[in-house]
Amino acid sequence: MKKNSFLMVFALIAAVLAIGCGGGGEQAAAPAQQADSAPAATPGPAVTGGGTVVGSVRYVNGDPDAAIGMDADPVCASLHPGEVHTEKVVTDDDGNLANVLVYVKSGLEGKSFPVPATAHVLDQMGCQYRPHISGVQVGQKLVIRNSDPTLHNVHARPSANKEFNQGQPFQGMELEHTFDQAEVMVPFKCDVHPWMSSYMAVLDHPFFGVSDEQGGFGIENLPAGSYVLEAWHEEFGTQTAEVTVVDGEPAQVSFDFSPDAVAPAG
Amino acid sequence: MFSDTPFLRGIHRLAVLLAGYVVLLITAGGLVKSLEAGLSVPDWPLSYGMLNPPRWWEIETVRAEHGHRLIAGTVLLLTLWLATWIIRREPRKWVRGIAVAALAAVLAQAALGGITVLFFLPTAISVSHAGLAQLFLCLLVVLAVVTSRRWVSGEGARNPAAPVGRVVPLATTTTVVIYLQILLGAVMRHTGAGLAIPDFPLAFGGLIPPRIDFAIGIHFAHRMGALVVATLIFWTLGRVMRLASQERVAVTPAWLLALMVLVQGTLGGLVVLTGKAVLPNTLHVGGGALLLALSLVLTLMTRRLDWIARQAGTEAETEAAGILSPEQAVS
Repeated sequence: MKKNSFLMVFALIAAVLAIGCGGGGEQAAAPAQQADSAPAATPGPAVTGGGTVVGSVRYVNGDPDAAIGMDADPVCASLHPGEVHTEKVVTDDDGNLANVLVYVKSGLEGKSFPVPATAHVLDQMGCQYRPHISGVQVGQKLVIRNSDPTLHNVHARPSANKEFNQGQPFQGMELEHTFDQAEVMVPFKCDVHPWMSSYMAVLDHPFFGVSDEQGGFGIENLPAGSYVLEAWHEEFGTQTAEVTVVDGEPAQVSFDFSPDAVAPAG
Repeated sequence: MFSDTPFLRGIHRLAVLLAGYVVLLITAGGLVKSLEAGLSVPDWPLSYGMLNPPRWWEIETVRAEHGHRLIAGTVLLLTLWLATWIIRREPRKWVRGIAVAALAAVLAQAALGGITVLFFLPTAISVSHAGLAQLFLCLLVVLAVVTSRRWVSGEGARNPAAPVGRVVPLATTTTVVIYLQILLGAVMRHTGAGLAIPDFPLAFGGLIPPRIDFAIGIHFAHRMGALVVATLIFWTLGRVMRLASQERVAVTPAWLLALMVLVQGTLGGLVVLTGKAVLPNTLHVGGGALLLALSLVLTLMTRRLDWIARQAGTEAETEAAGILSPEQAVS
C-alpha cells in the first residue's frame, strides 16, 4: 500500500463530515393543521346536564419551584431573559397549588361518552411543554406542535399505550397521535432538553380538570351520582375524595397536599 | 517463525490508528450515557431524517449522540478499508480471518446501536452494545499487534533464558477479568445503579453494604471487581519485572497498566463523589477500554515471546538429536 494511504483515509473522513454537514436543508416543516387547543383545566365534555364539581388544591410548605438552566441549548436560553422554573410545584402566596389533575376515578363504570371532535394540543414553546399537565380522552386526536426555533424530540413513555419517540427538527412541525388505552398518567419528555417534561391523563370519559394558578379546578356536566375523585400531582402523588353530585347543583371538593394536612374534604 | 512474513507498515499504522480511534468512540459512547442523551436523536440510521440535524453542534445532548454516530460511521469506513487491505495483502490466513471478524463486529455493533435507539434503550441491547464495543476494540488491538514489526520479525526475548512464559497465564487472566469488569460496569450504568452506593470508598459507611438488592449488588460487585483487577495488574507487573525485566514489549504495557488502573480507580471514586458528573463518568468508560487494550497487548506480546522461545527450544532439541529439518534435508 502506498505511503499516502493515510492521507486518503483522512480525506475520506473529511468528505463524510462535509457531506453530512450539508444535510437537512431540504426538509420542510409539516403543514400546520388546524387544531383547537382544549384548555387543560376545562376539557369541554360533550355531555350536557348533570352537576358540577368545583374545588381547590393546596400545598402550604414554602418550597419554591426549582429553577431550570437552559444553557445546554443556546436558543432555549435566549427565549427566556428571566428565570425559568420546572412548573413541578407551582403555588401562589396563599399556598394554592396548580398543575394538579383531578378526575373521576370511579363511579362511571359501564357508561360511555363521545370522543371530542376537537384535537388536544401539546405545544413545545420556550423549550417547555404547554400545558405541563393535561388530559385527553381515549381516541381523541392529540396534536403535538413544535413552536420553538430549535429541534425537539417528543418521547411519550406510557405503560398501557405504545411508547413513541419522534423528532421535530423544525419550527412549526406537528404530529398527530391518539391513545387507545386509558391510563393516568402518560409522561412526556424531550431527550434533547432534559428539563422538559409533561404529563397527560388518558381517560375514557371527559370528567377531569387541572388546577389553575389559584388552585381551582372544575368538572362540569357530571351526571348525578356518587363518585370517587382522585387528585394527581407529579411530586406529591395522589389523594382521593368521595363526592355526591346532584343535578344542577355544584359540589365542593378540596385537596391539600401540605405535609401536615389531614384527609381531603369532600 | 514468520521470518518470511512481510512487515506491512501501512496496515500496521492503520490498525494502530483505528484502535486508538475506537477508544475515542467508546469514550464518546460513554459521554452519550453520561448525558442520558441516547434518545436525543430518535431515529436511526439518519438523524432527524437527515445526515446532520440543524444546529447539532450547539445542543449538548444532540452533539453527544450525533457526534458518536459520526465517529462510529468513520470507524466503520476505516474498518472496511483495513479489512480490505489486509485481505488483499496479508499472507497469514488467520490474520485475514481476524480482519473479517472485525468487519463483522463493527457491522453488528452499528446494528445494535440502531436497535437500542429504535427500541428505547432496552438494557440487554445497550449492555450488548457496550460489550461488543470492547470485543471489537480487542480485535483491532490484535490486528495492530500481530502486524507490528516486532511480531512479524520473529525476534525473541532479549534474554532467551528469561521464563517469559510464566507471565502468560497471569496476563491472560487479567485481560479476561478486565473484560468481565467492564461488562459489570456496563450493567451497572445501564440499570441506573451508578449511585446505588452513595459513598466512597466505603459502602454506606462500612466495608460491606448493610443490605443487598440488585442495584446495590451490581454496584458492589463492580467495586470488588475493581479490587480484583488492581490486584491482578500489580501482580502481573511484579511478575514481569521479576521474570522479563529486559523485555520492553512487556515492561512498558505492564507499567502503563499499573498507572492506568490507579487513574481508573480515582475516576471511579469521583463518579460516585460527584454524583455522576459528566467528565469523570465519561473518562471512566474510556479508561476501562484503555486498560483492556493495554492488558491485551501485554498478553499477546508475552505469548509471542514464549512461543518463539519454545520454537527455538524445539529446533535446538532437533539439532541435538541429529534430525534434519525438511529445509536442511532439501539443501
